[in-house]
Amino acid sequence: MGDPVFRLVTGNRLRDGKVIYFVGAGVWTPLIAEARLVEEWDGAALLAEAQAGPPPHPAIAPTLIEATRDGERVVPVTLRDRIRAGGPTIAYAGG
Amino acid sequence: MALYRYDEFDRKFLEERVAQYRDQVRRRLAGQLSEDEFRSLRLMNGLYLQLHAYMLRISIPYGTLSSAQLRGLAHVARRWDKGYGHFTTRQNIQYHWIRLEDTPDILAHLATVQLHGIQTSGNSFRNITTDPFAGAAADEIEDPRPYGEIVRQWSALHPEFSFLPRKFKIVLNAAPDDRAAVKIHDLGLNLRRNEKGELGFEVLVGGGLGRTPILAQTVRDFVPRRDVLAYITACLRVYNQYGRRDNLFKSRVKILVQSLGIEKYRQEVEAEYAAMGVEREELDLPDAVVAAMQAQFAAPSYPDASGDEAELNQALAAEPDFARWVKYNVKPHKAAGHAIVVVSLKQPGKVTGDCSASQMELLAELADRLSFGEIRITHDQNMVLPHVRKAALYDLWLQLGAAGLATPNIGLASDIICCPGMDYCSLATARSIPIAQALATNLAQREQEIGPLQIKISGCINACGHHHVGHIGILGLEKNGAESYQITVGGSDNAQAALGGIVGPAVAAHEVTATVDRLIDVYLRLRRDGEQFPDTYRRVGLAPFKEALVVAR
Ligand code: SF4
Repeated sequence: MGDPVFRLVTGNRLRDGKVIYFVGAGVWTPLIAEARLVEEWDGAALLAEAQAGPPPHPAIAPTLIEATRDGERVVPVTLRDRIRAGGPTIAYAGG
Repeated sequence: MALYRYDEFDRKFLEERVAQYRDQVRRRLAGQLSEDEFRSLRLMNGLYLQLHAYMLRISIPYGTLSSAQLRGLAHVARRWDKGYGHFTTRQNIQYHWIRLEDTPDILAHLATVQLHGIQTSGNSFRNITTDPFAGAAADEIEDPRPYGEIVRQWSALHPEFSFLPRKFKIVLNAAPDDRAAVKIHDLGLNLRRNEKGELGFEVLVGGGLGRTPILAQTVRDFVPRRDVLAYITACLRVYNQYGRRDNLFKSRVKILVQSLGIEKYRQEVEAEYAAMGVEREELDLPDAVVAAMQAQFAAPSYPDASGDEAELNQALAAEPDFARWVKYNVKPHKAAGHAIVVVSLKQPGKVTGDCSASQMELLAELADRLSFGEIRITHDQNMVLPHVRKAALYDLWLQLGAAGLATPNIGLASDIICCPGMDYCSLATARSIPIAQALATNLAQREQEIGPLQIKISGCINACGHHHVGHIGILGLEKNGAESYQITVGGSDNAQAALGGIVGPAVAAHEVTATVDRLIDVYLRLRRDGEQFPDTYRRVGLAPFKEALVVAR
């Protein structure tokens, strides 16, 4: 048996495009460790809650993704989501 | 043909566009526009949403920048991004860390140096590209950029073609060898002289990479210069009429040409062209209009530099590293005592095409001092100082070297084309930059022995890294949640353009370097004197390359 796979909601912040995660109660955070994790069957409800709220919504395209826990760390299942969480895997000219 | 005064028109147009966009951003941030309503508005201004932030793409028409424009780009990088920009295979610049709320100010700043992101998205004419050595190359027939500008003005906001079935890329080339990758564009124009010495264009249509890679084919060998706008109008009209709008994957002109066949497409174009009548006169391109446009691209008045050769030869003899850089990065210029300098943005281990704000500022200063204030961007993601006196080369080399810009690798194995891939791009299926870094670092040791070699890498099937036409092409895919890389050999994007053949099953990321090493070993073993990779491939075929990988497995 692998690690249990949870669901969380992520999006990009409206004003600057930064990757953010849904904490609950209308709150979003740039830190994936603070994201609210739910079981698979609660995913749809979490997404609906994340999408709710009056405009302007703080997040663009709230999306449900999968992640596991590694101690304190929350690790997305797909490489794409890991790169979104951790930033580019390379150093760039600006450092 | 009536040409508008583009300076005035563009300045006013750009100012209005920025004001309009500023209001749209304000309404978006205030919640008056939803993302669905706003998306197309931001895309029209070159603003995309990528993995980590917004990305702003600014066009650089025919890859030509003034030093003031490059300083403008540097300023954006420093003030509003993380201190760098990324030059793409479309001769654009992309900023990867842009905040929506800053974009009106960024566009307003860029408008002061006549740069913008308009129409770099959507079903419109894209940034026209050309030979990065245009106006300087010893071997060109004429500077193609005045024609590029004439075509740009014809296409800009062309009412009939503002809703094409799909985006449309035009390229111009005026050199006997093709330095602009003509055959991978929707429409290509090769400047030619006929037997009588008259100027005209070979017109090619239907090239493109992506999901269905196809090379452009010649519609007409020679269209006299004054008829070229009418002829390409006919080419576009046939596409606009018959191009598929019902299926995104079949909407490019390449699919139309493929499904009709080049003969039938040509017949349709010729019939349209023949039926034009009075419109053909309106689209006539008289010599006077060409001359007026050529005046805007007049060559600088080069000083007499005939004595420079001796000074250069001394430096070449004294400094082998300098000689090596001159051998690979310095190209023949049309004016005596001058040279074209290609500035490599491919230092092994660094990110292909990235350029920091301080590097841009240095290049702007060097361009002012040594290259009549001009800079070019190449589709290979390098930069060019097009008009440098040979006596200044040594000093230039030292200054570039101090800024990490004198890697002597143009056209060699570490001069890799590479798209941003999954490190930035929301469409990617795999990373491409780390693959390029590993390959460049590994191959730099023996790249002089290998000789000219083009490696091209894309992070998904959209093929922004032109992998199909790489001597060695690498396509990043996703297989069962892991990155894997499909490798092709034998492609090329010059006058003998060809699409590469797949050498075997895709390999894992950690196997790419060794696989490419094996393919290069096959080439080195089989090549004959004077052959480059595509020549050897044409002669021996795919089999020996495939076999080498089967044996290794
Ligand atoms: S090829 Fe794919 S991954 Fe690379 S930049 Fe283009 S769309 Fe993005």
